[in-house]
Amino acid sequence: MRRILLRAAFALALLAGPAMAQTAPVPQPLGDRGQPDAAELEMRALLRGEPIHGRISIPDAKAANLIQPEGREWRAFHNRTLAWVGGIAVLGMLGLLALFFLVRGRIRLGEGWSGRTLLRFNLLERANHWMVASCFIILALSGLNLTFGRHLLLPLTGPEAFTAISAAGKLAHNFLAFPFTLGLVLMLLLWVRDNIPDRTDVTWVKAGGGFLSGHHPKAGRFNAGQKMVFWITVLGGGLVAASGYVLIFPFTVVDIAGQQLAHIVHSLLAVLMIAAMLAHIYIGSLGMEGAFAAMGSGRVDYNWAKEHHALWVEEELARARQQVVPPPGAKAAGAD
Amino acid sequence: MARMKFLCDSDRCIECNACVTACKNENEVPWGINRRRVVTIGDGKPGERSISMACMHCTDAPCAAVCPVVCFYTTADAIVLHDKDLCIGCGYCFYACPFGAPQYPRVGNFGGRGKMDKCTYCAGGPQQDNSAVEYMQYGSNRIAEGKLPLCAEMCSTKALLAGDGEIIASIYKERVQRRGYGSGAWGWRTAYREELPA
Repeated sequence: MRRILLRAAFALALLAGPAMAQTAPVPQPLGDRGQPDAAELEMRALLRGEPIHGRISIPDAKAANLIQPEGREWRAFHNRTLAWVGGIAVLGMLGLLALFFLVRGRIRLGEGWSGRTLLRFNLLERANHWMVASCFIILALSGLNLTFGRHLLLPLTGPEAFTAISAAGKLAHNFLAFPFTLGLVLMLLLWVRDNIPDRTDVTWVKAGGGFLSGHHPKAGRFNAGQKMVFWITVLGGGLVAASGYVLIFPFTVVDIAGQQLAHIVHSLLAVLMIAAMLAHIYIGSLGMEGAFAAMGSGRVDYNWAKEHHALWVEEELARARQQVVPPPGAKAAGAD
Repeated sequence: MARMKFLCDSDRCIECNACVTACKNENEVPWGINRRRVVTIGDGKPGERSISMACMHCTDAPCAAVCPVVCFYTTADAIVLHDKDLCIGCGYCFYACPFGAPQYPRVGNFGGRGKMDKCTYCAGGPQQDNSAVEYMQYGSNRIAEGKLPLCAEMCSTKALLAGDGEIIASIYKERVQRRGYGSGAWGWRTAYREELPA
């Protein structure tokens, strides 16, 4: 009898247990009390710009970020800041160049062609220049495509063709980075000697390069404008290349925040470089008579050289005179 | 139409990783890719909690906003999907995504990451519903069969909820009311600009 009563009581207790739990709320686990909730943690992460980071049991360590709010800033940069900066830099420079062409026209040779030429860039210098230049043009176009293509090119080509173009562009972008960087190193070695800023650059800059006056300040092998192009290419290009390699090899050097930063540095410097190179291309071809030959055949007209690089011509002539050694026993003209 | 969302009730999640396994198995997810993962924050400290996280199928999705080739699209159920035939594997969606959802079959391979892969809410992709090619590219399409994502369907503690946002929010609110506490809907503020008061 006692046994049956005990059993009945036990059964009653079993039945009553869940029923009681349903009516009275269980207190929050002790450790959870006073802890921030999801929305609060997300807000804090956003304000601090730091991810909500945890522990994960899979090998993929980067998956341990629960939420990374910096993505929002990167999106704003890519879709707004970069589009505006890039658009203004490229279109603005094209506009300026068009205006300059309309006002100033093609810069002509003051004294006309002399018919005599002298070597300005040897084969190695020219080959290296065109390697860097051709890489740069493809890198620039495929890079611009990633930001502007979906607005400008996609409506014209349709999605499939646009993907084919962009995929090829991405491949080219990744692989041409290597010859581009090699060319930059060679450029630095070949031309750094003649690109150290000196006193002639001050007068050149003061005279505005003679672009508007038509009076060309004296310059050595490279004038201040060309030196600027050189340093923009070597330093800017070097930084763009370095930040690009970080992105080609994801997670080998930096984490996701580092990749976002690398992309920002890479793209901003790149669009500014594109603007600078547009000016370089203009003045080296359409903008100035006699300039293209320097990188074309490598030989420039004597009058062009005297006009734009008077000090360099003097140096070259002095060197040439030293090299001309009369054969032994030769008599100067009119000596006899 | 429904507005599909995920909600992880971290007061119930026991970090069993069954959702991860279910997802991998149901969708034949390639090696090295986890469309769903369980992150434990404050591990071993008071307030430790585990949260199952995958693509949240955001409102105004950042991945779609930054994609250079516009390969993302949103279904009538507000599920964010992408077309692998258009993806060029540039990595931009990965930079922008707050939840680390986009992943690539290859890393550290000269930028040749391959086509991006992410949670499809078990809704496949742009191919013919439940075709072999859809399964190969994107995994299973349970939504087309009238079913919900398998991760949530087989969650043992019903911590992970999937379904129409309003319905799962009301289930969660009811739970919080009954038990007297709750840590909120993880990721909702970021993904949907919405908060579920605990």
